[in-house]
Amino acid sequence: MTELKKSDFEKKTIVDFKRDLINKRKQHGSLIPLLQSAQDSYGYIPEKAIYYISELVGIPSAEIYGVITFYSQFRLKPLGKHVIRICEGTACHVNGAKTILRALQNELGISIEETTDDGFFTLLSVACLGCCSISPVIMIDEKVYGKLTTNMIKKIIKEHKKT
Amino acid sequence: MKEIKVGLATCGIAAGGMLVYDELKKEIKNNNIEVELKKTGCMGMCYREVLVEVKDDSDSYLYANVTPDKVKRIITEHIINNKPVKEWIIKSKSINKEDAFFKKQKQIVLRNCGIIDPSSVDDYILNNGYKAIQKCLNEYSKMEVIDIIIKSGLRGRGGGGFPTGLKWKFANQAAGDKKYIICNADEGDPGAFMDRSTIEGDPHSIIEGMMIAGYAIQADEAYIYVRAEYPLAIERLSIAIKQCEERGFLGKNIFNSNMDFKIRIKEGAGAFVCGEETALISSIEGKRGVPRIRPPFPANKGLWGKPTNINNVETYANIAWIIMNGPEAFSSMGTEKSKGTKVFALAGKIVRSGLTEVPMGITINEIIYDIGGGIKDGKKFKAVQMGGPSGGCIPASMSDLKIDYDEITKTGAIMGSGGLIVLDETTCMVDLAKFFLNFTQNESCGKCTFCRIGTKRMLEILERITAGAGKEGDIQLLEELSYKIKNSSLCGLGQTAPNPVLTTIKYFRDEYEAHIKEKRCPAHSCVSLLTYTIIEDKCIGCTLCAQKCPVNAISGKTKEPHKIKQDACIKCGLCYDSCKFDAIEKI
Repeated sequence: MTELKKSDFEKKTIVDFKRDLINKRKQHGSLIPLLQSAQDSYGYIPEKAIYYISELVGIPSAEIYGVITFYSQFRLKPLGKHVIRICEGTACHVNGAKTILRALQNELGISIEETTDDGFFTLLSVACLGCCSISPVIMIDEKVYGKLTTNMIKKIIKEHKKT
Repeated sequence: MKEIKVGLATCGIAAGGMLVYDELKKEIKNNNIEVELKKTGCMGMCYREVLVEVKDDSDSYLYANVTPDKVKRIITEHIINNKPVKEWIIKSKSINKEDAFFKKQKQIVLRNCGIIDPSSVDDYILNNGYKAIQKCLNEYSKMEVIDIIIKSGLRGRGGGGFPTGLKWKFANQAAGDKKYIICNADEGDPGAFMDRSTIEGDPHSIIEGMMIAGYAIQADEAYIYVRAEYPLAIERLSIAIKQCEERGFLGKNIFNSNMDFKIRIKEGAGAFVCGEETALISSIEGKRGVPRIRPPFPANKGLWGKPTNINNVETYANIAWIIMNGPEAFSSMGTEKSKGTKVFALAGKIVRSGLTEVPMGITINEIIYDIGGGIKDGKKFKAVQMGGPSGGCIPASMSDLKIDYDEITKTGAIMGSGGLIVLDETTCMVDLAKFFLNFTQNESCGKCTFCRIGTKRMLEILERITAGAGKEGDIQLLEELSYKIKNSSLCGLGQTAPNPVLTTIKYFRDEYEAHIKEKRCPAHSCVSLLTYTIIEDKCIGCTLCAQKCPVNAISGKTKEPHKIKQDACIKCGLCYDSCKFDAIEKI
């Protein structure tokens, strides 16, 4: 049976991005998949990737920039080693996401959209992770942590600092 | 042979399901027993994860709250010695246990969730999978299929509630040689997870529903637009599509008919507005997800300008069941104008949160008390929030309301996609309205002025009210802005964005007034309006709060009552959370 772990998916490399670029350049509506491919390869969308795409697909770079800034998934800055996403969905909100956020901020010394000085953690917020029944939740890289309390945050961060 | 199934949807995995699975695998190997170990989707009872089901020839036993250290006992007592561990079982016929959570449910959409292995096409086929599409191809004409769906009374489950059969009819009648099918799986409402669970638990039922729609409108290409925040759902769909291609269920001449059908997955890139159909189409086309004016409707001019039928995940998941069981079986459930069942994602301040599928016409009370087990921590039930940022709050006093598209619309909320968040006395309604406005304001695409600027102005007013700086006339101003935004926005996002504010003003006006006039938050939730004080009689001077306080606002000697310096206090609540003697009061 096929194993069901997203982490098993291979990390994309820059070569993969360039291959995608060549394969998909003539496809209808390929801009967003190409940007996703660039982000998977570089960890963010560097300026040069915008120019590569623009040249090969034939879309003006300004228009590409417009698409990047429209969608919250795309980032123009590199991320830290571990990405912490705090869920700000309704269920999390009423179950104390704010206190969890405060605990995370205290622990890491950064605010949302920032990266720690050592480049270890980036803190982001998401509208909803869809795990409402175990709220409040955070997702570190691709693992979801639920039913959080402020005391658990310290431990979880410490665990990740080791890796 | 016995079968063991572990619920491994996102919630199950987050609760440690993989650890339980690995432990089971290890124990089975160590004891060298013959038993089939399977992974399955969401069983709905998220509050009792990890769930493990043991099945033998005559019955099934559902174990709840399983941890890796419970595995050994389950294996030795139940699997080897045939003695079920009764105290851990919550559902089983032979030991006469049924959890109240399941009693009032009727599962159509979730018929296979938690039963089959979502990554096995054979499992789906064994449970009547891909029979409905073959029945359509062999027995029904395209119009007959559409008629069945019209007769069933199925309405769009994405929130709008437009009759599905009619939508198909328009797309069928639209002129054009190339047509498309789209599945909207961009479940962006905060507080909703029905579509994620359905995809994770039973991806093939969605694919089959799309095939039937494709047959009915003569489309040969389809897209599933899924949120990128749902990695597991995307993965299970990709596996399912690949299996179908290998079997010849997708591709050229499917099931040896002369129908061609292929499905592609498009990952969303994080924009709530893309749940709106025309915005979703622009996004698939690779553009900014901005809605456009309708008409022309997608049925006539959709993806790449071609006729397109677009439905939500839950709608497609109903289709195969309707074809197999007939439209009457479906329309016999529900109310006059809302037929069938609806899946709700039950969350918030409720004892048993999870996924529940109930017949339309059930009351809110039944969902909250009979299925959900009431309010957490013995608190008082205040309201339910339905429909996410486009919906509204229905107060406890109206909770004998029947769930039905039109009845809910009358209250000012909407059915929405099915998020049902339960609120108790500690939830501040003004803060909740602010929360949703903050969301819609962020997600407004910016095309319509009223939605772009109006929601920003409304948010500012709500921020000022919750910060204790509300002014006389703010409520009227909010109402005025609300109506203007509703009337001057192009798409559903703007037209419904003020709903959370309007419904909370309608049913909880006194809370707004308390914030504005008395500078008081009745639910003790708005931070700026709170004061923390130490009750001298209860404080034993353990100094814990003083140590926790990040701004050194608490002073006092050991073993003597402490004091909070109000002008230094930043109201972070750390002292309140840390006090073991309930000696800190929040007013």
